[in-house]
Amino acid sequence: MTATATPESPAEVDLGGEARARQADRGFRALVTLAGLTVLLVLGLILVTTSVRGWPAFVHEGPLGFVFGTRWAPNDDVFGTFPLLYGTLVTSLIAMVIAVPVSIGIALFITEVAHRSTRKYIVTVIDLLATVPSVVFGLVGVLVVVPAITPAYQWFADLVAPVPGLNAVFDETNTGRNYITASLVLAIMAIPIITSIAREVFATVPETDKQAAYALGATRWEMVKGAILPHSFGGLVGASMLGLGRAMGETIAVALVIGGSVSMSANLFEPGNTMAALIAQQWGESSGLHTDALIAIGVELFAITVIINFLARLVVRRAEIKMKGAHS
Amino acid sequence: MTSLSTATPPDLSGRNLSKRRAFANRTATILIGLCVLIAALPLVLVVWEVLSRGSSAMGLDFLVEEIPRNYREAGPGMGPAILGTLTITGMAALIAIPIGVLGAVYLNEYGKNRPLAKFIRTMADVMTGVPSIVMGLFIYVSYVIVIGEKNGFGGALALACLMLPIVIRSAEEMLRLVPDELRQASAGLGARKWRTTMTVVLPTASSGITSGALLAVARAAGETAPIIVTVGLTYMFKPDLFYGENTTLAAQIYRNATQPFDASQERAWGAALTLIALVFLFTIVSRVISSRFAIDKR
Repeated sequence: MTATATPESPAEVDLGGEARARQADRGFRALVTLAGLTVLLVLGLILVTTSVRGWPAFVHEGPLGFVFGTRWAPNDDVFGTFPLLYGTLVTSLIAMVIAVPVSIGIALFITEVAHRSTRKYIVTVIDLLATVPSVVFGLVGVLVVVPAITPAYQWFADLVAPVPGLNAVFDETNTGRNYITASLVLAIMAIPIITSIAREVFATVPETDKQAAYALGATRWEMVKGAILPHSFGGLVGASMLGLGRAMGETIAVALVIGGSVSMSANLFEPGNTMAALIAQQWGESSGLHTDALIAIGVELFAITVIINFLARLVVRRAEIKMKGAHS
Repeated sequence: MTSLSTATPPDLSGRNLSKRRAFANRTATILIGLCVLIAALPLVLVVWEVLSRGSSAMGLDFLVEEIPRNYREAGPGMGPAILGTLTITGMAALIAIPIGVLGAVYLNEYGKNRPLAKFIRTMADVMTGVPSIVMGLFIYVSYVIVIGEKNGFGGALALACLMLPIVIRSAEEMLRLVPDELRQASAGLGARKWRTTMTVVLPTASSGITSGALLAVARAAGETAPIIVTVGLTYMFKPDLFYGENTTLAAQIYRNATQPFDASQERAWGAALTLIALVFLFTIVSRVISSRFAIDKR
């Protein structure tokens, strides 16, 4: 300490240093607590500021009219966003139908099938897939995949044309930019996140259960069916919900490949739009109430994704607790 | 009567499996392997397309020249976008990493299992799921409208919001790996908690924290949606982030990909190659750091 200039009262000096040190400790504690609270602060601010700014659009249409209105016509000041909600749900649900089984398969391959040496490479591939920027997926999607896949869409539409029901869902295609293309891109982007959570979930399956299944003479697949999957069901539901939340909020890749028409079509080969993609597409050319409406869509999207993510984390955590409780 | 010792041991080789069970097992294994191929295919496709189409545009002049103002004009130039990506992402890192690491210190050293810490942890996880465009809209409303113009710093703020929860959660994981003996030893020598944290805990976890932060930077560098909302879509780089619209590689890819002209599309591919190289570089450096200097391997 620097305050050693008063040798006649060493006890006092010591106390001074002690008090300062305690103060430093308290200050540090306050600082890190504040840093931790930033998370809550930012989330709260997002909700408040965007809601305030989007309020005029909510009021203009009425909350129900905004969410469930089917006509989006910024030039006439009509802002019904139901087609966007429809597009968001359709694309991300189809994406999950593809991504969830594939991700579970990859996670099983990594944890149960692959040797130690190959495991590392597969994990690297999945990690790299997660780091590819979404705009690059969009670029490859719109300039490579769309032209290449359009004939395949047409072929499939012709194939199912005589089948009632299916022919309405898979009908004529014009550009190749449509719900299905968007879903494919979303599926690829959701695979890494679902895979990583699924791996965590599988890692919590007690080794004794697996060994017990093998000891009873189970094949690997029977062990997976009997020991791993029943244990992991809750966690896998949570993982799928996290993937769903991610897919619903994905913006740029979808904006490039979905075609950008605000309409609701049962035909998945027709262009549509999603909430996030529409904000990005119309942002540059919007003003006034139109901008407010785009921000209001952001509020809606924020609410949906936060709820889904929150529920997903709860589900994953409960599944983990249940597992650890059963084990110890 | 055969005694136990002479009984043939049970056949565990699996050779006598019923055909149906063996078939089911083999089919399942093949399907599981197929899943890995399905995931690897898009990665290979993306990397191949970006490499083959982007390399024709690539070159030293591509990395430094200005971006042509006319979409139809052939020729190089992504210099401003590269500078923009580096400065805006760098600024975002300067904001997010200190706050994130301190927040992690709170969670692991002070908060632990208190209700507030648990709540912050959950909300940080939830925050990682907030769509990037919403972060852009947030900064637009609370910063761009307030100061009256789009600029680079707005983009840095939006990216910082995206990085913050990733940095907090990964840094907390790393702090948790620091052995308690180190903290006790430091406390035993009379160091205060803040001293212990700053001089013992954080340095021990530094490599892991760096690696997590780099991953967050890599993710932020590729973000497009918040950039076009808060920074704008232009072709100029401004070194002063607080003044005027700016640009990044991701924004240039989006801007050029939506044009029907070959020249602009070629620039988009070149920009994509640059961006992917940058992002992969960050990721690989991060993995090298985390595998070289991991605490548990010491």
